[in-house]
Amino acid sequence: MDRTFAVAIGGAAGQGVATPGDIFAKIFARRGLHISAYNAYQSIIRGGHTFLTIRTGIEEVTCFGDRIDLLIPLNQDSINRHLGLMQSGSAIVYNGDAIKPGAHPPGAQLCPLPVNQLSKGSRSKVEQNTLALAASLQMMGVDFEPLAEILTEQFMRKGSKVVTENLDIARLGYDYASANFRPFPDPLPMSDTRYAVLSGNIALAMGGAAAGVKFYCAYPMSPSTGVLHWMAAHAREAGIMVRQVEDEIGVINMAIGAAHAGARAMCATSGGGFALMTEGLGMSAMMETPVVVIDVQRAGPSTGVPTKTEQGDLWQMLGAGFGDFPKIIAAPTDILDCFTLVPEMHNLADRFQCPGIILSDLLLSEGRSSVDPKQLSFETVIDRGEMIVSADATSTNGYKRYKITESGISPRAIPGVPGHTHTAATDEHDEDGVLISDEFTNPVKRRAMMEKRQRKVAGIEGAVPVPVLIGEPGTAVTLIGWGSTQGVIREAVQILEEEGISANQLQIRWLVPLHGEAILNILKSSKHTIIVENNYSGQFARYLRSETSYVPDGYIRKYDGEPFMPHHIVEAVREQLASKIQKPRLSVPMHEIMV
Amino acid sequence: MSTAVESKQLTVTDFKGKVDPDWCPGCGDFGVLSSLQKVLVEMNIQPHHVVTISGIGCSSNLPGFINTYGMHTLHGRALAVATGVKMANHKLHVVVTGGDGDGFGIGGNHFIHTMRRNVDLLYVAMDNQIYGLTTGQTSPTSRKGMKTKSMPYGNLEEPLNPIALALAAGATFIARGFSAEPKHLGNLIKQGLEHKGFAFIDVFSPCVTYNHDNTYAWFRDRVRKLEDDPSYDSSDWHAAMKRALLWGDEIPIGKFFQRMDLPSLDEAEPVLNDGPLAHRDLRIPPQVVRNFIAELI
Repeated sequence: MDRTFAVAIGGAAGQGVATPGDIFAKIFARRGLHISAYNAYQSIIRGGHTFLTIRTGIEEVTCFGDRIDLLIPLNQDSINRHLGLMQSGSAIVYNGDAIKPGAHPPGAQLCPLPVNQLSKGSRSKVEQNTLALAASLQMMGVDFEPLAEILTEQFMRKGSKVVTENLDIARLGYDYASANFRPFPDPLPMSDTRYAVLSGNIALAMGGAAAGVKFYCAYPMSPSTGVLHWMAAHAREAGIMVRQVEDEIGVINMAIGAAHAGARAMCATSGGGFALMTEGLGMSAMMETPVVVIDVQRAGPSTGVPTKTEQGDLWQMLGAGFGDFPKIIAAPTDILDCFTLVPEMHNLADRFQCPGIILSDLLLSEGRSSVDPKQLSFETVIDRGEMIVSADATSTNGYKRYKITESGISPRAIPGVPGHTHTAATDEHDEDGVLISDEFTNPVKRRAMMEKRQRKVAGIEGAVPVPVLIGEPGTAVTLIGWGSTQGVIREAVQILEEEGISANQLQIRWLVPLHGEAILNILKSSKHTIIVENNYSGQFARYLRSETSYVPDGYIRKYDGEPFMPHHIVEAVREQLASKIQKPRLSVPMHEIMV
Repeated sequence: MSTAVESKQLTVTDFKGKVDPDWCPGCGDFGVLSSLQKVLVEMNIQPHHVVTISGIGCSSNLPGFINTYGMHTLHGRALAVATGVKMANHKLHVVVTGGDGDGFGIGGNHFIHTMRRNVDLLYVAMDNQIYGLTTGQTSPTSRKGMKTKSMPYGNLEEPLNPIALALAAGATFIARGFSAEPKHLGNLIKQGLEHKGFAFIDVFSPCVTYNHDNTYAWFRDRVRKLEDDPSYDSSDWHAAMKRALLWGDEIPIGKFFQRMDLPSLDEAEPVLNDGPLAHRDLRIPPQVVRNFIAELI
């Protein structure tokens, strides 16, 4: 990932940061470049400060990186905030009529555009953005045609006149840059692959469609709402029923109802909505009706910081629902994995007739990444488990919905099948579904049913793969992370290696079951271990310790709402390795760019 | 699905649950259960084509006492679960049963929104104006001044009016029954099952153990059948609201309101045109998949 290029656009919400961002992402991906994009924004519809970073490169780009090569500030506030952080060799493209740059680091090229002159006095903010976009692409060594192609696609619906106007203004920006600004020394490379660009939320939704989800419901909650938006927009083509429900309690209960009647069902929310769902999660476990819930973590507690990222919901997931019951929890490790994990989770939830939780976060769900379209396969395995969907009218055979079996799994008849009527109850029940909660205490039956359900745990453990070390064993340092931090830790490992500090990575995807023994075996060969996570208290570190008694040599944590950048991890590792302080060592890197 | 079992003439025994009801002797809920079973026989609906869904409470134990597919869900959540069941397989008859605390208290939000959505199901609330299973506390329909364990100095709050609420929320079939009038109640249940859309029946179902105010005798003295008034027009929403607000010496029972011009949610949703979701091919056609991916490039 040595040779990457990062462009950032800063402005107020409503100023049009998103559109040029989308255009850059599409041009890079169509050029055969990978991208990783992250948008730092506020919970505000108009105003405030939004800062979008798009990083591109010929090899896989696993995070948005440390450095900005080209900054497009759309207002004075944005240049004030970010100019001081620009490095030598970078460039700043801005409206020279409206924005006054302050002191700037040596070697950073200021590129003021005479917007009034070029746009002939038009006050359209879109023109300012198009001029900056075109000038920037020229400086990156991108031909005019890819931009013309995308602008034509974008404005086609508004008629050829609008297309021509936009192409003209883009051309002016492009030509102005070629006459007046210094291009970057290396033009952006190209490859033959055309990548798709998608957010984690789109990936989660498409993963659901690929898994055969036929019922999706949700209550809008940032940062999970993107799943609902994709589902709703594509529902009719995909044959998926999508419902917006009155609250998250209704959401999970409706999803379980649909699942109980035989449809694959899914829902997504964030921490606050998930809190409302937890009683329903227990119902799924007790009725043994599978349901898949996506929790897109944001910074909590309570309403918290709705537009900021955190890995702070792990313990809520571990403890969700009262009583003891089997559940499955996994955290996707990148945006493609958001797509891949969903069918896997549905298959497990169906096979083991229990709730499955997917733990994403704002960084993945609202971040964007390039994916080779071939990897978005809709031909994935669909395993619905032991389900009875039809039967001969006379084949009653004393059907018992909760039959005690060695695996703990009892074949599930869906309503409508003759000869298999039964009641599924949230009260404790016998094999045939009859309540035993109303009986005089029946410890024998209660124990038998508890053990039947819990026997599924062994089956789930067998079905979930053990984690694997990324890199060679025996390095100077092992970085342990979970879920969304995979990409940034991977880049930190590469930087450390380049600096002469050998490093490897253990990234946890399956959280429950955890495979503690396998983790301990991997960590045996590690000389120095550090757990990296995006929360205050080290939720994963505490969980790992509770499951395995394992204590690492150090921790790197961040809980300011922004994700890790590679240098945060690299600098902390360096400090911890050099430190003489007794373990455990804790680093809390400071986030430099204030948004 | 015409099979040997389907063509057999059903009897009430076919709808007998695996266990007998454990309600207190004299409980109003017995009348509701037997009316429901009789109507299902009369309409010749097969047990496996019905899903009876409840929340939590005395009356919510009903699914265990009737032989249909059943779901005994969480307190207050039956209507949300039932909506999911109906959407996944709209060929099934969905009957929701429960009490006033379950439906109008903890489940109030789902009650309002399920009516607004016009989900095609029958919701029978066994309204005894008290919390029975938790041994006698004030419910959302307990009268003002009523003394219970939770409000020993008398209820300070106005009771909720389920019929008026249902009218305001847009339910398309609204009725009130009395469990001691089984024939009248059976007729309402039959109409409710036949109604395409959300059918709500609030049934006075006296609690003989904890509610000594609203007894069988108290109701018997007061209930007046709307059907006995030939001038009453149940398609007139305003007339229905007027009757809904009556309470005291005269309390109307019967069908308050019905409209048949609105599509139910399953009829309105084009995704269901190809049949129940539960039996669909799970694979998305390759051309559709190609379009989904093309949007991202």
